Parts: sequence; C-alpha cells; structure tokens
Amino acid sequence: MRLLALALHRLLWFVPTLLGLLVVTFVISRVVPADPVALVAGETATPAQVEALRRQLGYDRPLPVQFVDYLARLARGDMGESLFTRRPILDDLTHRLPATIELTVVAMLASVLVGIPLGVLSALWRNSLLDHALRVLTVSGLAIAGFWLGIMLQLLFSMRLGWTPLNGRLPGFPPRGITGLYLVDAALTWDWSTFVTALAHLALPAATLAFPALATLVRFTRAGVLDVMQSNFVLYERAMGLPRPLIVWKYILRSALTSTVTQIGLLFGILLAGAVVTEAVFDWPGIGTYAVSSIVRSDYNAVMGFTVWAGVIFIVVNLLVDLALTLVDPRERVS
Amino acid sequence: MSTAWFVVTRLGRDRSALIGLVLIALLVLAALLAPLLATHPDDVFELHPSERLRAPSGAHWLGTDRMGADVYSRLLFGARITILIGLIAVGASLVIGVPIGLLAGYHHGWASDLLMRVSDIFLAVPQVVLAIAIAQTLGPSLPNVILALSVTYWPWFARVVYAETRALQKEVFVESTAALGASPWRLTVLHVLPNIASPIIVRASIGMGFTILTAAALGFLGLGPPPPTPEWGRTIAESREFLPDAWWYAAAPGLAIFLTVMGFNLLGDGLRDVLDPRLRRSPARDG
Repeated sequence: MRLLALALHRLLWFVPTLLGLLVVTFVISRVVPADPVALVAGETATPAQVEALRRQLGYDRPLPVQFVDYLARLARGDMGESLFTRRPILDDLTHRLPATIELTVVAMLASVLVGIPLGVLSALWRNSLLDHALRVLTVSGLAIAGFWLGIMLQLLFSMRLGWTPLNGRLPGFPPRGITGLYLVDAALTWDWSTFVTALAHLALPAATLAFPALATLVRFTRAGVLDVMQSNFVLYERAMGLPRPLIVWKYILRSALTSTVTQIGLLFGILLAGAVVTEAVFDWPGIGTYAVSSIVRSDYNAVMGFTVWAGVIFIVVNLLVDLALTLVDPRERVS
Repeated sequence: MSTAWFVVTRLGRDRSALIGLVLIALLVLAALLAPLLATHPDDVFELHPSERLRAPSGAHWLGTDRMGADVYSRLLFGARITILIGLIAVGASLVIGVPIGLLAGYHHGWASDLLMRVSDIFLAVPQVVLAIAIAQTLGPSLPNVILALSVTYWPWFARVVYAETRALQKEVFVESTAALGASPWRLTVLHVLPNIASPIIVRASIGMGFTILTAAALGFLGLGPPPPTPEWGRTIAESREFLPDAWWYAAAPGLAIFLTVMGFNLLGDGLRDVLDPRLRRSPARDG
C-alpha cells in the first residue's frame, strides 16, 4: 500500500513537470520569435500565404487561448505537418523511434556490461596500471565531442580498414517488422545473416554513443566500491578474518552496485543527448537524424516537434526509472 | 589573498589539476595571441584555391582546408570564439542561477517551490535538446548560441546554490546571525554566499567544459556562428566530405575541443578536491 502511495506521489510530480516542459516549448516556439508564423511557413512563403496560415493556425488569437489549443492538439497527438515531407510530424517521429531505441539500448547495455566490471576492477586494484589507464579513459570520455569521436571511428574502421559499414542501419530490406528493432526482428525470424549485418552497422554508432556513458559508469562504480570498502562493516568483516573473495563478492559488490544502478537514469540523459549528434554522423535513421535534417531544411515545425517528443520521452523514462528504483531499493522507499 | 594562495599551492600539488591549468593557460594564450602565433593570420577570411587540402607540412603545420586556408591559424582564431562562448554563457548562467538559488534557498514558500520546479524542468531534458530548439528559433549566430546555452545552463547553478543554502540554514552561525537581527539581504550576501563559493566555482569550471562541448555540437549541427567563422564544431562538419584523404582537417579541431574540455574538467575536479575539505579525507573521490 505504502509503495502504491509512493508511486502515485511520483506520478503527481510528473504532471507539473510535463506541463512545465510544454510551457517552455510553447514560449520558445510562439513567444520568442518575432513572427512565429513566418517560421512555420518556411522561407519561401509570400506575405499573403503567411497571413492565411496565421488565421488557419489560430496564431491571431490571444496567447493563453493559443496555449490551451497547443495542449489540446498535443494531447490528440497533433504536432503539425512537416514542411518538407508534408506528413504529420508525429507519424515521422513514431516511425523513426525504433531506430533510436535500438541504438540507445545497445549503447546502454554495452556501457553497463563493460563499465561496471571495469569500475569494480579499478577500485579493487586501486593505483594499479589498470586503474591509471582507466582514469585516463574516464577523463577522455567526458571531454570528447561525440560527433568527432564518431567521425574518427568512421575514418579508421570504415574508410581505412574497411571493417565496418560507413553509415546507415541496413542496406536493402529490413527484416519482417515485428518490433521495429532490427536485431530483435532478425533473431525472431531466425534470419542470422541480417542479424550480423545489422550488428555490424550498429557497432560504430553504439560505441560512439556508449563511450561517455561508459566513462561515467566506471567513475561512479569505482567511487561506490571504494566507499563501501572503507566502511565500518567491511573493516569488521576483514577483522573477523573473512576470506577476501567472500567479502568482495557477497558484501562489497552487492551494496556498491545498488547505488550504481541509481545512476542509470542519469546515464539515459547522456545517451539521449548524444544520440542526436551520433545519429547525424552515422545517418542512423532515428529521431536525432530527423531533427538534424529538419534543422538543415529550416523545417521549424519538425524541430519543435522533436523537442517536445524528446522532452516527453526523457521525462517518462525518468519516471519509470524512479518507479523501478522504488521497487528495487528499500532505501528509496524511506526517503 | 591567503586563501587564494592556499588554493593555488594545493592545486599545484594535484597532478591532474595542474594538467588542467596548463591546458587552459595554453587555450587562453592561443586566443589572446592568435594574430601573433598564427602562421597565416589572414587565412580566416582569405581564399587560396590553389592551396586546397594540402597535407601538414613546414608551411602549413596542420595542413590546409577546402578554401586553402591554414588549419592551424584558423584553429587559433577559433579558440577566441570558444572562450567567448564559454565565458559569457557560464557568466550569464551564474548571474541568473546564483540569485535564484539563494532566494529560493533562503525563503520557504510557494515562490521558492515554483522557482525550483522551473529549474527542474530545464534539468529534466538534456541541454542540447532545448538549446537546439532555441538556436533554431533565433537563427544561427554567435549571440544566439550564447543565449541558447545560458538559458539552458543556469538551472545547474540554481540547483547547487539552493541545496547548499538550505543545508547552511541549519548551521549555528547562520541562525545566530539571524538572531542578532541581520537582514535577509545581509545574511545571504555576506554570510551564506561566501560559504557556498566553493561548489559554485567547481560547477563553473565543469560548466565551462560542458558548455564548450554543447556549443561545438550546435556548431556541428549548423546552428553556430555562420561561415567563414573558424568555429571548431562547424569546421569539423565542413571537413567531412573530404575524408578519408584530408584527415588533418577533421582531426585538428576535434583534438582542440578535446584538450580544452579536458582542461576545464580536470581543473574542476582538482578544485573540488582542494576547496571541499569534506571530500579531501575521502580517497573514494580521487578518481
């Protein structure tokens, strides 16, 4: 019961945050520009067309009325039409979402699977050669521009060595659509050659995206494990003569990794922000590439649609992470 | 002065902070002395079509770009833009965020809650997403990039200052100063602010790195200052069609971004260790 109340409380905070985000995007798109309609109409529109569009969109009405209308439209899933594809923006974004999810999830898995063990080793073998090497790696991971890393990886592995495809998600036809995630679809339809090709296309963008997240995870895990290693209960267990492997595996890791798990929400932010530019570098057909090509085409509606969409996804994922943590970590329930 | 000296000597003993300081000093020197250090100072605006895409050599240390301009010289002038963007954006975020954090931290009430909710909204979404929307709305230019970054970065300062102010309110010295009849204004500016300066300084240094990285991403996406500005992010975007042959064209500006951001991050970490005595004893923080 108490858990349910907590979940409801979190949901209650979710509503004002979402509303606040929509106020921010509304202000950016309607209040900040000198003439929002001119932006929506595009650079080629004549003054008469702009005026007609202003009445058609209702931009001649007072701002509070416009805001309510803006919310109502979004609630119906109406983000307007793309100036370029002339399709509803929500359709475009939904169509491209699986590609972004696949890339982000693979990058997340890679950073967790590699980052946490490296962080643990780095803490256990503190001041070893590995620890120093990893410190250089974490410092680099947080300082490197993702788009540049991607281009350098392309230069080396695709252009010079020819080991990986240069860009894109899959040449030719995608596997039979079930989830829209090519790896999952290929595995489900037992199409292993497509699976391998899809994986090869994923390798570089996923590595580019995972690098900063991996650096963050190594850092957090290392700090977490060291904190626990210096705590009184570990000192006590050591004094009691418990064997080191037992202390490490049973006590240190279990208690240190729970705090690492709480960082995964934060990790998602790094990944989502990185996805925009990473997708642009690798022509990965997700929502990031959509945003970037819309910027290039001055497709104002589409850029704003992307902002709302990315913001909403981000807030929803944070809510889900929060809820999951409440279930997993008893300490979260108390605070 | 003695505090400043203490900080400097402590930083000098911290190896990574020292590397950070050196990197930042190099960046500042490059920006200030760009016209003197550049081998081809006029190449920011001049075209030399016959010298296009030359590999690094004695005449062009880092090669030439698609216009035949010297990559090394343009890089130096690009450092000016980078510093300008970082300083103004972080400075503006400080000016907005610190008073909001102090105000919301000191006063308890619905207005404080509202201010913090507003900053939470900005923190809930990755900075680059909102910055893209703002920069696209305002159009690509240097002032607009700075504006987009300031508007999206101030909540970090507001958050830090708010949390520290709330924590300080429970301290005896704040309570007793209030009991002596100090006005809220005097209390926050003369007593609270100096005591929370350390986390603000640390956040500012890390914020410089973060802001420069986001600015480069905006430049790469075409939302930065328009050409022929030697902005580093845009230069990398321009270089892409000449790969893999003109590798120097893409590699040099990315390396410059990397070293700059690393400088500010290392300095920020070093400052945190030196300025925060609570962390100094904990070896877990040295990573």
